[in-house]
Amino acid sequence: MTKKILIADDEQNIVISVEFLMKREGYAVSVAADGDEALARIREEKPDLVLLDVMMPKKNGFEVCQEVRADAALADVRILMLTARGRDTEVAKGLAIGADAYMTKPFSTRELVEKVRELLG
Amino acid sequence: MLQGPVVIAVSFCYLALLFAVAYWGDKRADAGRSVIANPTIYALSMAVYCTTWTYYGSVGRAAVSGVGFLPIYLGPTLVMALGGFLILKMIRTAKANRITSIADFIASRYGKSQLLGGLVTVIAVIGIVPYIALQLKAVAGSYNLIVGYPALIAPGESHQPVLADTTFYIALILAAFTILFGTRHLDATERHEGMVAAVALESVVKLVAFGAVGLFVTYGLYNGVGDIFQRALAEPQLARLTAVAADNRSYATWFSLTLLAGLAILFLPRQFQVTVVENVSEAHLKRAIWLFPLYLFLINLFVLPVALGGLMRFAGQGIDADTFVLTLPMSAQQELLALLVFVGGLSAATGMVIVETIALSTMVCNDLVMPLLLRTRALALHAERDLSGLLLGIRRGAIVVILLLGYLYFRLAGDAYALVGIGLISFSAVAQFAPAMIGGMYWRGGTRDGALAGLSAGFAVWGYTLLLPSFAKSGWLAASFITDGPFGIELLKPHQLFGLTGLDDISHCLFWSFAANIGCYVVVSLLRPPTAAEASQATQFVDALKTTRPVGSALWRGSADAGELVALVGRFLGPQRAEAAFAAYAHRRGVASVAQLEADADLVHHAESLLTGAIGSASARAMVASVAKEEPLSLAEVMNILDEASQLRTYSRELERKSRELEAATSELKAANERLLELDRLKDDFMASVSHELRTPLTSIRAFSEILRDDPRTELAERERFLGIIVSETERLTRLVNQILDMAKIESGNVDWRIEEVDLKSVIEQSAEATGQLFLDKGVRLTLDLAPTVPAVRADRDRLMQVVINLLSNAVKFAPARAGLVRIRLAHDADGVGVRVEDNGPGIRREDQEVIFERFRQGGDSLTGKPTGTGLGLPISRKIVEYFGGRLWVESEPGRGAAFVFVLPAA
Repeated sequence: MTKKILIADDEQNIVISVEFLMKREGYAVSVAADGDEALARIREEKPDLVLLDVMMPKKNGFEVCQEVRADAALADVRILMLTARGRDTEVAKGLAIGADAYMTKPFSTRELVEKVRELLG
Repeated sequence: MLQGPVVIAVSFCYLALLFAVAYWGDKRADAGRSVIANPTIYALSMAVYCTTWTYYGSVGRAAVSGVGFLPIYLGPTLVMALGGFLILKMIRTAKANRITSIADFIASRYGKSQLLGGLVTVIAVIGIVPYIALQLKAVAGSYNLIVGYPALIAPGESHQPVLADTTFYIALILAAFTILFGTRHLDATERHEGMVAAVALESVVKLVAFGAVGLFVTYGLYNGVGDIFQRALAEPQLARLTAVAADNRSYATWFSLTLLAGLAILFLPRQFQVTVVENVSEAHLKRAIWLFPLYLFLINLFVLPVALGGLMRFAGQGIDADTFVLTLPMSAQQELLALLVFVGGLSAATGMVIVETIALSTMVCNDLVMPLLLRTRALALHAERDLSGLLLGIRRGAIVVILLLGYLYFRLAGDAYALVGIGLISFSAVAQFAPAMIGGMYWRGGTRDGALAGLSAGFAVWGYTLLLPSFAKSGWLAASFITDGPFGIELLKPHQLFGLTGLDDISHCLFWSFAANIGCYVVVSLLRPPTAAEASQATQFVDALKTTRPVGSALWRGSADAGELVALVGRFLGPQRAEAAFAAYAHRRGVASVAQLEADADLVHHAESLLTGAIGSASARAMVASVAKEEPLSLAEVMNILDEASQLRTYSRELERKSRELEAATSELKAANERLLELDRLKDDFMASVSHELRTPLTSIRAFSEILRDDPRTELAERERFLGIIVSETERLTRLVNQILDMAKIESGNVDWRIEEVDLKSVIEQSAEATGQLFLDKGVRLTLDLAPTVPAVRADRDRLMQVVINLLSNAVKFAPARAGLVRIRLAHDADGVGVRVEDNGPGIRREDQEVIFERFRQGGDSLTGKPTGTGLGLPISRKIVEYFGGRLWVESEPGRGAAFVFVLPAA
């Protein structure tokens, strides 16, 4: 069955490009523009994978990730963190609080697609 | 009720009460709960200065010379008020060197000289004996008066045989009491807490008694002070007493009496005892400085009224004015008051006699008898085990002898002088200590020989001009000694020495004795440089207030045996006290037992200071020398050590200063480091923010570029849309880079400001034109509300335009599409020229109103969608406005739009 992906990012142009890429790969895509909305959609839609931006209004990506990992009902949700703050400490922090993978922006679209496939495979 | 037995019984009861107080005081002291650790008691004990001479004699002197009695109290008042530093130095020095008497003080200062200590003791004893005689005379006189009641004149008395003489028995009783008070046991510090407590009580009693008489005379016999003076002024004989006689002789007398009394308060053995030796805490001095003069003032308050009252009441009856205090209440049949007065007088006498003889006996024992004994019977003394009993015996003997000497003087010369006259003889003798004392505390050059010469010369002149004439007046010497000079040599007449006339006896003696004393002290001191011992002591005394640690032990070199030292001290203090003292010392040094003590310079010094308390500095030095083998230090070595000590002090002060500086520097560095770390953190944040802001548009650009590259079959519409995004993100990137560079330029101060007079109106109009397309695109209406004329401002025109454009584009960005309204106003007031840009957007929360001026902190986060822009526009605008001396801020309430305002000073 079709895997569901949630894209959580407040940069509209990035959302457009990633949405295009994911749909091209055949995934069902939904979008959230801030942390609260992302969390609500995750709970509601139980996506297989969340592409989670770190710097978002209302709740940042770390907080969203933490809450998802604290919720047993969401144990199957995979999380791929995307951030423009490319510091090592942030990568480590993201992985430490339970993200499955981490990519820094700008990313290669091929690598992103491969990583998504890997996480969903 | 004034019969002999009653009076005697009351007197003994009073003495017993005093003794009980003293006993209680000693017990409390032993228990460690001192009753005299109190500044008021300290000040009261100083009032031992007021003897029967004050009590009876002030009225006597006032009856002769009016206010002439005052200098005796003026001098001490001045010394207390102005000479506190001198007393403090004496206290500190005495404590540091364990000095227990004035003889010890002088001996110690001039190289611990036994000879000098002995001389001071002799002078003190001979000088004070008349003073003690005065007390005996006063007590005996008042006793004979009171038991003769109702007669007001005592029968003549001096021709009775000794064994029938009341005075003789009074002397013996006082001796017994003094022994009880002062020499029940031997104390290494020579402090007598019980005695001080008793003396303080006596001071209260005599003040109360004298005040009672004063009140009785003033308000009982007369109608107040005004009444007495009015009546006295009516009689020319008495009116004279209320003013200072205005001739030179009188001023000279005032001056010399004030000086004498001022020196007496410092150097009388009993004053030295209560002020210096018995001092518990230097802090007590602060209260004594005003309380003691206040006491003097109070006790003199009624002197003139009583004197004038007595003179008027007893006119022509031949009653001695010295007895007015007693005879006035007696004449009015106030028996109880008379008895109180007698007890007050007894108080004044016993207080003085006890403290004075204790002080003198300590001096006689430590500085006169012990050195002689140690010298003549040295071997026998060495063989004896415990000498503390002998010491007590010597002191008790000395007390008896001194009081008997007082009695002897009373028999020989007592009748010839009024009370005040005798007292002044003693004051003049004691004043001879002043040059050696004060010189010793402030002049390093004073030597033992100088002090010996000065003291001897001054004492000799005193004896010749005051003591011998007092014998001559009493008929013990030929009267021609005074009138014609010895062997008829006119130039040597004792009251007009070398033809000096025009001065009273006391001023005359003071002039010649001080001339001789100071002259010999200075000249002989200058004859040779100080020896090693003198120099080391001089340093300790002169620098007493500077040094914190005595250098004593540094100035000793040699070898000793600890056991012998303990034994030596034990022989004078008693073995138990010595053991205890050394055990405490061992404990301080961190050594387990006395046996393990190392016999180093410190231990020798400690032993010597223990002995000093008991037998005086000079004898102590001699005794320690007998068991410890000292290698004498040369003057050069002493000077080296003292130099080192003072250098060490300088170094340590220097070190302290350096370490304070270092501490300050460290904390400054710490602060600077923290500031740097903070800056570092800010820079890190800035870099992370810049990185984020650059990466975000790059992400879109890369993603769409790759999409287009990888899939050439993308639909045309989509292809155009994607390319449009790429272009706009590229523009965003360019804007961002430009603004970052702009910000960096402003912050580093590298902007080329072109300051000129700028008309804000035209700036606004041009900016509105430049942003016109934005407003059109979004359907927002812009209104200009510009004052027709405003003063120009001094600024960079392009930069101001940058600010206005930034504010306008922000406004249009947040204004609602199509329904948006933006208004820009220009006005001026006292603050300057103001520009206000208002929109009808969502407004800005209060907590965000400052945040938006920080870099990369954009508003609108709470709204749907993210505003376009770099997050640098407002920070840059604010920097620009501030550069021109203006302010930029925002006024907003959420939901009601926002107004950005900047004000610039008018040119």
